[in-house]
Amino acid sequence: MGAIESGFIGQSVKRKEDARFLTGAGQYTDDVTLPNQTYGYFLRSPHAHANIRAIDTSKAKAAPGVIAVYTAADLEGVNGLPCGWLITSVDGTPMKEPPHPVLAKGKVRHVGDQVALVIADTQNQAKDAAELIEVDYEVLPAVVDIVDALKPGAPQIHDEAAGNKCYTWAIGDKAAVDAAFAKAAHVTKLDLVNNRLVPNAIEPRAAVASYNRAEDSYTLYVSNQNPHVERLLMTAFVLGLPEHKMRVIAPDVGGGFGSKIYLYAEETAMVWASKRVRRPIKWAAERSESFLSDAHGRDHVTHAELALDKDGKFLALRVNTTANLGAYLSTFASCIPTILYATLLAGQYTTPVIYCEVTAGFTNTAPVDAYRGAGRPEATYVIERIVHQAGAEMNIPQDEIRRRNFIRTFPHQTPVALLYDTGGYDACLDEAMKIADVNGFEARKAEAAKRGKLRGLGYASYIEACGIAPSNVAGSLGARAGLYEAGEVRVHPTGSVTVFTGSHSHGQGHETTFAQIVATRLGIPIENVDVVHGDTGRVLFGMGTYGSRSLAVGGTAIVKALDKVIAKGRKIAAHMLEAAESDIEFKDGKFTVAGTDRSKAFGEISLAAYVPHNYPLDTVEPGLNEMAFYDPTNFTFPAGTHICEVEVDPDTGVVSIVSFSACDDFGNIINPMIVEGQVHGGLCQGIGQALLERCVYDKESGQLLTGSLMDYALPRADDVPSFKVATSVTPCTHNPLGAKGCGEAGAIGAPAALMNAVMDALSSVGVKHFDMPASPHRVWQAIQSANV
Amino acid sequence: MAIPLALTVNGKTVRADIDPRTLLADFLRTTLGLTGTHIGCDTAQCGACTIHVDGRAVKACNVLALQAQGANVVTIEGIAATDGTMHPMQAAFKECHGLQCGFCTTGMVMSAIDLVARHPHADEKTIREALEGNLCRCTGYHNIVKAVQQGAAAMAK
Repeated sequence: MGAIESGFIGQSVKRKEDARFLTGAGQYTDDVTLPNQTYGYFLRSPHAHANIRAIDTSKAKAAPGVIAVYTAADLEGVNGLPCGWLITSVDGTPMKEPPHPVLAKGKVRHVGDQVALVIADTQNQAKDAAELIEVDYEVLPAVVDIVDALKPGAPQIHDEAAGNKCYTWAIGDKAAVDAAFAKAAHVTKLDLVNNRLVPNAIEPRAAVASYNRAEDSYTLYVSNQNPHVERLLMTAFVLGLPEHKMRVIAPDVGGGFGSKIYLYAEETAMVWASKRVRRPIKWAAERSESFLSDAHGRDHVTHAELALDKDGKFLALRVNTTANLGAYLSTFASCIPTILYATLLAGQYTTPVIYCEVTAGFTNTAPVDAYRGAGRPEATYVIERIVHQAGAEMNIPQDEIRRRNFIRTFPHQTPVALLYDTGGYDACLDEAMKIADVNGFEARKAEAAKRGKLRGLGYASYIEACGIAPSNVAGSLGARAGLYEAGEVRVHPTGSVTVFTGSHSHGQGHETTFAQIVATRLGIPIENVDVVHGDTGRVLFGMGTYGSRSLAVGGTAIVKALDKVIAKGRKIAAHMLEAAESDIEFKDGKFTVAGTDRSKAFGEISLAAYVPHNYPLDTVEPGLNEMAFYDPTNFTFPAGTHICEVEVDPDTGVVSIVSFSACDDFGNIINPMIVEGQVHGGLCQGIGQALLERCVYDKESGQLLTGSLMDYALPRADDVPSFKVATSVTPCTHNPLGAKGCGEAGAIGAPAALMNAVMDALSSVGVKHFDMPASPHRVWQAIQSANV
Repeated sequence: MAIPLALTVNGKTVRADIDPRTLLADFLRTTLGLTGTHIGCDTAQCGACTIHVDGRAVKACNVLALQAQGANVVTIEGIAATDGTMHPMQAAFKECHGLQCGFCTTGMVMSAIDLVARHPHADEKTIREALEGNLCRCTGYHNIVKAVQQGAAAMAK
């Protein structure tokens, strides 16, 4: 594999996609209108837990404009939605996989569970008709809190999951951990709740499903992060349709953050119904539906213990986590609080032994699955909060306790399965401390104290595992899918290029970053490269975008396809230049006979490939179109240090962020502007979790109390500061780009950094810990109870 | 029962008979095909549907189309020059990477233009407060604030 050098690499090229977004010419799913289109509306359960005794749809069916009303009774032969990762319990039994019906069958299990699909000529007619459906519910007691759900006597949600338990899973050497604790000089203990979040991409989920009678085929437009996986799961596992008879298009997608990875019930029901009504069906979620039915994130309850020697060196970490999976297993739900969480518990540290046990179960809430960071923010929060507390208890400065435990030799095998290939943790900490002006903190703190305010500084040195990872390893851990990526480089006769990628952009800027790689490698203008993604009808295959994998995995697949294009070009050039293939060099868009001035431009070679008059037809096929699959040999390990400085008003409990500084190591960077943007966005979501956001269900009724943007506090422009960001580079050792991934880092580091800053600020008034978010109410309460 | 509606949209007179409960955002998107005005929430919280009505920024998801009877409406599709040159605020968003997924962007740009009309020399704090009605989940607002500052400077020229 050739190195990627110079050209557009490392340049903040302005984005190719911006022109359409800025002029209103973007094509999001709800912007798609098909001829003769109908509108779908889902009647949802008003109860958290109830048996369905009967459904009468007769009045709705007779309502004006109504074409059809479907319930579970109509969906004969349609399977439930599958889960893509099998977790095996410590006792060797497989996780419990209760059915996840496309429309509720006999029972509803959370508020918002879809009960019926109404299809009408207009959206209002569909909504009006849904009001006429009579559902006879037998309301059952509900449980929304995972700790409550696992207690004896809790309401039983699925017959297939006794005691509401899905699995108890563990990783690490328990005996070795217990032995290390027995000889520890100091033990720090902490109880943590990782608050439940609602992803809230600003574009609500939407779909347009249509059936083509002439071809007996389906087309689905859907706001989704991985259309090929959507198609595979829907056709092969749920609807029993031939995969090649369905095209899934995820056009412009207005943010995902994980919530659009999954196969959802709505689009599945619509595809099924489109053949019955023989007209296209459109549905776009209202925001209130998004709150009720999008997969949520986080929702862990954890007890953690860290054993240290007298110098603050970590000896062992022991963690017990209970994870809420919601009412049903969403597509990747089971691997988030296990494979993507507990394997990260070494963080940046040499902790020799770690043991983590995770119990996951069902509640009467929306399903919980990956949300930006997916397991890794939860792991970072556990490690960095307990390290902060240990430093505070042992009077070791926060930078010092981290430095005493940093991993400095690579590759490094952690006690929780991961093999870190490279990293430079001191460099990130140093740089973050510099841009945060840590040296000036004491003076700023003293100045704030004069005004009656409490200042605090919080650190988080996080690591994440991205670019998920060798398919065979993932398979042995329970993955039911491969984890490679596909890329295709189609060179047209005149030398312009269309790139097809299985990665999907929903804000990340692939159309620009990938074009920079291709233009640089082929030595052609960036305007001559277009990137196509998000369409199973045009892209050969793909696993989509999640887990910060697009550049490291999807980008590498494109690099491999480029290698093939250049190798073939070299053969063609050798023939045309009457030289040996081994003498042909390719540089700056030219194939040259080494040591001579005889050369052919890239465009001359592509033209010859399609007009093969002077061409090695006996050994080389015409055409210049290459594809490649890339299956990584390891995860990538982005890491960094985030430092947050806060000022707390002890009278009101208001926390103000004075500054937020981040130094991250993402490996090599193609477009610094885009990378910084990803960091800013991640930090804002992490700050949202720590300061504002919390999804709350009523304990008695199971109703969602934070069901709108008026009740659930998303960060707004005046809640966050401008950020100070920097990068430090250790290139990934096992992909040709040296890239690690940057999409989730901000959301991973920020919550711990911010909460550590709050605890630092409140240490003088005796507060040690309370759970996120650090709302004025919680801060004030913590101060009052500490004073008592 | 359909009611006649007449208004100006992006400089053109538009007439239609509409269901009285039609929201202005839906009228623009569905009847006129101006899909640059996006709908992100039901509660006038996210601002993705922000347009200009008689020179003021308005959230089109919370206005009945009939309330715009006779009004002069401008949407994101109507702010670039006739030769396609982007409005200085659009150009500033591109230059500063003030957008990622693009969904909030159209409303954000319409709000930003209104903000600059009201506060031509706004500082960062004023800009952040004035953008409170527009949610972005991608950018963390950092580059949006920079874009508004740069756009304001360009609009002053």
